[in-house]
Amino acid sequence: MSQSSAANAFLRLVIRDLRLAFRRRGDLANPLLFFVIIISLFPLAIGPDPNQLQRLAPGIILVAALLATLLSLDNLFRSDFDDGSLEQLLLAPQPLPVLVAAKILAHWLVTGLPLICISPLLAIGLNFPFDALPTLLASLALGTPVLSLVGAIGVALTVGLKRGGMLLSLLVLPLYVPVLIFSASAIDAAVSGLVANAQLYILGAFLALALSLAPIAAAAALRISVD
Amino acid sequence: MTTASPSGISARQLRCIRDDRVLFESLDLQAAPGEILLIEGANGSGKTSLLRILAGLSLPDAGEVYWQGSAIMNSQLEYAENMAFLGHQTGIKEDLTPQENLAFLLGLHGTSLDTSSHRAKSEALLGTLGLYGFEDVLCRNLSAGQKRRVALARLLASGKQLWILDEPFTAIDKTGVAFVEQSLCDHVQGGGIVLLTTHHDIDLPHCEPTRIRLS
Repeated sequence: MSQSSAANAFLRLVIRDLRLAFRRRGDLANPLLFFVIIISLFPLAIGPDPNQLQRLAPGIILVAALLATLLSLDNLFRSDFDDGSLEQLLLAPQPLPVLVAAKILAHWLVTGLPLICISPLLAIGLNFPFDALPTLLASLALGTPVLSLVGAIGVALTVGLKRGGMLLSLLVLPLYVPVLIFSASAIDAAVSGLVANAQLYILGAFLALALSLAPIAAAAALRISVD
Repeated sequence: MTTASPSGISARQLRCIRDDRVLFESLDLQAAPGEILLIEGANGSGKTSLLRILAGLSLPDAGEVYWQGSAIMNSQLEYAENMAFLGHQTGIKEDLTPQENLAFLLGLHGTSLDTSSHRAKSEALLGTLGLYGFEDVLCRNLSAGQKRRVALARLLASGKQLWILDEPFTAIDKTGVAFVEQSLCDHVQGGGIVLLTTHHDIDLPHCEPTRIRLS
């Protein structure tokens, strides 16, 4: 099987998943709406003190992004599992990790990317310093793909279960903690006017690791789930 | 030690256990090109489990499945290039049109449907399956039988030698059944292999199937 055929299948799967996502715009808006609602509720709940909001802003944004991703994860393989498409993907003469990577990319494009795009607006609303915005965007750009990639392993393991939601959170959340810690640390540093390169490099290393290993792990987990 | 047959699909000493119940044990089967193998048995006798093992979706608890003499576990990609599977779930996406479903599923196997001549061909195929005029309707608006026809169109266009079909006649009307039976016959007469389960009485006058009974 040639490489071009695998690349072709990758591209087709990404396009198919994007098309499916746009045919179900309601589902598409769900995590984004969740993200916006959580963040806009905080100032109402803890009061409009600008200094306090500024101090809490990085944590609020990151936790909201993490929960929004977790909320959307179940969609990653669920419908494919239910309608038998997953079996067809497993039986296709293509390397399964490549197909899984395509699904994760499509998932990130419709969930992670919109979060990144809207986060500056919400951050400004929380009195987030303008100078630290690039670091916020960079840490989200490096962090959210890791969330999707690591989450995919958990979803692949639990997709065969009727009620895997709780188990999925238990499996995946501990693995999300390092991303949360280093993203928050990077943004905190930037807010204090320090250089956040070290933390961003570590996030980059997480991304490289997840990018190279998560599709393989998720592919193996899917074979077990479909069995 | 029996040697695996060099052509077609064969299985040796398969065992399948589900929930502490032995569904089948020491099961041998073989199908050479030009053969239809009909797997029969009551509900819960392990027909679907057997087909999933033969397709490589599940692992048997013991035994091995061979394609052209080599174990499918060792040559997964090669096996995938020669085998088409149609299960209980059709693999048809509700939010895509029949045309898009067909193009994607065939594209996954390296058959392109992007050029206009291919598109015309797939439209003709959907037409012969009675889906003329439905090419651009979302599959969620089609009936169960029509969705299954889309899945059958994918099978017919796949160009694979081995077809593994789990209850292919479900939800399909009489004329559809006759058409599928004819397609199965044409397929094996062209050197193909068909493994199937069905509860329908199938009528294959010119290509009598070999029957295997699971008990």
